[in-house]
Amino acid sequence: MKTNKIFISGDEAAAHGVRLSRPHVIAAYPITPQTITVERLSEMVESGELDADYMHVESEHSALSAAMGASSVGARTFTATSSQGLLYMVEAMHYASGGRYPIVMMNANRSVALPWSIYGDQRDSLSQLDSGWIQVYVEDAQEALDMMIQAYKIAEHAKVLTPMMVNLDGFILTHTYEMVEIPDQDMVDKFLPPFETPNKMSFENPKNMAFSSQPDDNTEFKYQQNKAMFDAIEVIENTEKEFGEQFGRNYHGMVEEYMCDDAEAVLVTLGSITGTVRVVAEQLRARGLKVGILKIRYMRPFPEKEIMELSHKIKAIGVIDKDISFGYEGTVFTNVNSALAKSNATIFKKNFIGGLGGRDITKAEIEKMYKDLLAGISTNGQKTVEFFNLKVETND
Amino acid sequence: MTNETIMNIPRVTPKNMTEQEFFYGHKACAGCGGSVAVRLALKVLGERTYSALPAGCMAAVGFIFPQMAFKNNSIITTFPGVASMASGIAAGAKALGQTDFKTVCFAGDGGTADIGLQALSGMIDRDDDVLYICYDNEAYMNTGIQKSGLTPYGTHTTTTPAGKNLPGSKTHKKNVFEIIAAHDIKYAATASIGYPQDFINKVNKAKHIKGATFIHVYASCPTGWGTPTNTSIEIAREAVDCGLIFLAEYENGDFKLNKNPKEFASVKEYLTKQGRFKHMTDEDIEQVIGFRDMKWERMRRNWNHK
Repeated sequence: MKTNKIFISGDEAAAHGVRLSRPHVIAAYPITPQTITVERLSEMVESGELDADYMHVESEHSALSAAMGASSVGARTFTATSSQGLLYMVEAMHYASGGRYPIVMMNANRSVALPWSIYGDQRDSLSQLDSGWIQVYVEDAQEALDMMIQAYKIAEHAKVLTPMMVNLDGFILTHTYEMVEIPDQDMVDKFLPPFETPNKMSFENPKNMAFSSQPDDNTEFKYQQNKAMFDAIEVIENTEKEFGEQFGRNYHGMVEEYMCDDAEAVLVTLGSITGTVRVVAEQLRARGLKVGILKIRYMRPFPEKEIMELSHKIKAIGVIDKDISFGYEGTVFTNVNSALAKSNATIFKKNFIGGLGGRDITKAEIEKMYKDLLAGISTNGQKTVEFFNLKVETND
Repeated sequence: MTNETIMNIPRVTPKNMTEQEFFYGHKACAGCGGSVAVRLALKVLGERTYSALPAGCMAAVGFIFPQMAFKNNSIITTFPGVASMASGIAAGAKALGQTDFKTVCFAGDGGTADIGLQALSGMIDRDDDVLYICYDNEAYMNTGIQKSGLTPYGTHTTTTPAGKNLPGSKTHKKNVFEIIAAHDIKYAATASIGYPQDFINKVNKAKHIKGATFIHVYASCPTGWGTPTNTSIEIAREAVDCGLIFLAEYENGDFKLNKNPKEFASVKEYLTKQGRFKHMTDEDIEQVIGFRDMKWERMRRNWNHK
């Protein structure tokens, strides 16, 4: 296969993925660290590389509202945001998923004010797990590009018709440069045909959309929406397989297990931290420690089956959460723990909270996490939640 | 748009207006002025129209699953996002190669002057091909008659209760027409369902203008105003005749008063026949008249008129 690799940032890789997907309408409002994506897309529209209408909306709420309008007549649409911007569009997020508009959105994961922080953590998107969007988290720039293309195919599938959010860690991924393979347009066109949907307004078949429902009907609409999300699992897996066959890159679907086959202690990761954890896990393996990684790719739909299966093979599990649900624990951990409860697995569990507001998670810290997990196996201890690398003294 | 091209637009009158109905089977209250505005506008705009409606009376009464009341393509939008969603529809349809269609917003006074103003400003700034019609019944009627930015001074609403300490609403109507005009919009107009031919003419003109246009139509609400259901057209006409509502256009950078009465009908008579103003004292009414006169003095001084 001929290669076409260029040195670009995660944001730029996302822009190329969007360009190759040929959206009709892009509606976006700038917010750090998403901006480079929309700047590149603007340039692509200006140069004619991308035949799309770039709408300069006055807010994120309008960005998603405009995307819904375009989607409601059958146009392929894209928007991108981050943090405060994502939260400003929350009303429209529920609206888009309820209306079954298969919009694709790039979210640059960034902390949420207060205190203000432009740096990365995952509190923005994880707070929106219940908004009805498919959520995927990518590890590197190549995966960002590839997932933009896959996202349209998954979201627009007749059994799914659900909007999809592709999450890139702010700065760590959005602003880091890597060599990225740019697929040929012909190959992408073959993989991703034009968007066709019966769920649209047209002059051939006029419709009233986004209507209201009464208590007699509402539950059935929500049941269908939930079913579409579960049906998406098979579509995700098939799309992944087809993508792998055509482009030679495979991300393993809902999760990626790394060195888990005979692992005793597994760290669960989400997003770009996976890369660093891979390095540490490989080093520990070389020293004879049986450690592995479960890289969660999709938070919705949730990879419950994969986690339940894994739980029977391992002795300890740790979840790194770049978020905290105040008054409880990390949101990823809550979800993982729910799957573990269903599998009746009695393994040692620990929740590591860190990386908030852009703080680096170091290899030494990750190594300590693995050691905590291995040490915990014999203790049969209860689950614990720990803010690691905390620079203040606490009395708990 | 030049005067010549305006002259060439075929007029729509009760004689040649389509018999087709585009908004029927809805659950609006008896005597609803907003539904009259929507009905007339769609008759002028025709079947190749996408309508976008935010939360508000017409959305609430028109889209109750499975009874859909719009014959043309129509959609409920987010409350703050009617203008942006309509812009998206126009952009999406254009990108798909559709031609010869119109996108229209029907939003209430709160959806326009309050929560939807930001998106509306964006729509006009981009000059998107959308006609935005605000049906103004002077309060949040759908939620039960609460004060909006277009509720006039002295109005009793459920959130501005008139009593010993409050005259009802303490603020005058936000000047939406001039706020819109300040964007240098291609065309903006005010209208009243009490003057239907004037309203129809303005919708017809906006239909033929490519780009963002805006019509602010005064639409009575018997439920919220405390008026008989069979006087909705009359009362919307009286509002214009007594000068509290004016008929005007903004085009090519100029304001024009369409109707400039030599003498105004009685404000007091207009107010006191409505439940929402019943409590008003002579002093309150004098304040309303004073505000009207100030506004008309300014309009007559600065705007074109006969």
